Amino acid sequence: MAQAIEQFVPDRATVAMGVALEPLIPFAAGHEIIRQGRRNLELVGPISDSLFDQLIGAGCVRRVTAAWVGNVSEGLGHCYRRACEQQVPGPLEVHDHSNFSISLALWAAAWNVPSLPTRTLLGSDILHTNPDLSAIDGLVHVKAVRPDVTIVHVQRADELGRAHAWGPLGVSEEAGLAAGRVVITCEELVESSVTLSDPNRILFPETKVVAVVPEPGGAHPSPVQGFFKRDHAFHREYAERSRTVEGFEAWLRQWVLDVPDRAEYLKHVEVDSLRITRPLPSVPADFGYE
Amino acid sequence: MSKGGPAAYTAQELMVAVASREIRDGDLVFVGMRLPILAYAVARNSHAPEAHGLFEVGLMRDQPASAFLGTMGDPPNVAGALWATRMSNAMALMAQGQVDLGFIGGAEVDRFGNLNTSYVGDPNRPQVKLPGSGGGADIAILSRRWVTLMSHEPRRLVERVSFVTSPGYGDGSSGWRKRNGLLGGGPVAIITTLGVLRFPEGGGEAHLASVHPGRTVDEVLANTGWRLQVSDAVSETSAPTESELASIRLFDPEGFWTRS
Repeated sequence: MAQAIEQFVPDRATVAMGVALEPLIPFAAGHEIIRQGRRNLELVGPISDSLFDQLIGAGCVRRVTAAWVGNVSEGLGHCYRRACEQQVPGPLEVHDHSNFSISLALWAAAWNVPSLPTRTLLGSDILHTNPDLSAIDGLVHVKAVRPDVTIVHVQRADELGRAHAWGPLGVSEEAGLAAGRVVITCEELVESSVTLSDPNRILFPETKVVAVVPEPGGAHPSPVQGFFKRDHAFHREYAERSRTVEGFEAWLRQWVLDVPDRAEYLKHVEVDSLRITRPLPSVPADFGYE
Repeated sequence: MSKGGPAAYTAQELMVAVASREIRDGDLVFVGMRLPILAYAVARNSHAPEAHGLFEVGLMRDQPASAFLGTMGDPPNVAGALWATRMSNAMALMAQGQVDLGFIGGAEVDRFGNLNTSYVGDPNRPQVKLPGSGGGADIAILSRRWVTLMSHEPRRLVERVSFVTSPGYGDGSSGWRKRNGLLGGGPVAIITTLGVLRFPEGGGEAHLASVHPGRTVDEVLANTGWRLQVSDAVSETSAPTESELASIRLFDPEGFWTRS
């Protein structure tokens, strides 16, 4: 993980994360970005739960291009508020989107066009605060947003970058296609015979993928279908402790800065109570051809 | 609390019950987060067995999840789904006008049903930075009708919102939505902790339609940031039925959403 972040997430990079919305958020990758002290990142995503709030509070971010930044089950993002209202820990530029428009911005980049038209956002003041949106003749034109790197967490992947994810996908596909590079973190590293047995389930073309990091539990506290439930109590504790700068900094030391890696982090989480133990497998598709 | 006895139900439980009654049988409902997740479950288990739920994370369902949901993307909401897909596919249905009803949470709403979930004060130097639209603006613009739920306080129900994240009826003038190219019909109700506000057919300004049991019209007016019109036919909101409460408590057993 450290190597992947070191190599593919430089200062000033545009980074898409949390692209499956509430599930599969690459928290472990985000925490490694914080530990390595990245600065002046632009974060791109629809909602990201509390990951963007943490990166903002840790001083890694200069701009957020997103539909929503907060804590999904708890409400406000306190670090996000401090950055926007008090420039603490530093000033933050915000490009507001809706969920639909951030998807379109990524599809525009994926299809290599300057913008895509839509009927959403007509009548919304978001049109006036985000320079990437313009209303012309009854349509809103959403300018392409091209991440330098998209980081996703998935259930399984092989070492050549074929990732299998299941459950709702949010904006994962367009975020991967739009990006210059894709970094994958996964619960399980599997043989190619597993991923290639179901090519419909492969999330991205392997030509986009530059790193595959086996990182079990790497999405905690967000859920991973078939592996982990969402840790609601962890989100609640983060919301309470991040209300003050001092509280947030203590939280950050405890869960990020003083923790070398995800394996050590997970020793302090009640993993067993979150693990999904009752399988509910799909029926395999038959790819027979002769 | 109800008049009938100590803590028979909470304000949130009443709001969920009222919200569930907005769902008609056969509706495709854009469910959203928090209390509406419970409202969909209640409606589906009572008067709207054919209602489908659509979730922007990329899910469609025709039955409530079988366990508690903290978010729409929690694993129980995926198991048994009719469709697990990408967000743009869910948005495609809404862009085609196929979503009958949407739910949106809000921090501030005004007399014309415009919602602010972005900035209190100057966006360049906000007093409060709220989380943003999420899918709220999309629902407000594209769904055929929508409902919002919020705590009834003067700072939340304001004369005019300073920032329109999710448009209702704009400046309240006749035909504002159509003139501005908005596809959907707009808000039909604001369900609060004190009562229910509704809008005239075709849009415009909200009026008080019902007051929750144990609350008064004066209390509602005192907690509203504009001179709220009161319907001649203002009534008392029907309390949650036993079966509505049983459904709510089945899907929120710890009271995470409705008793905290």
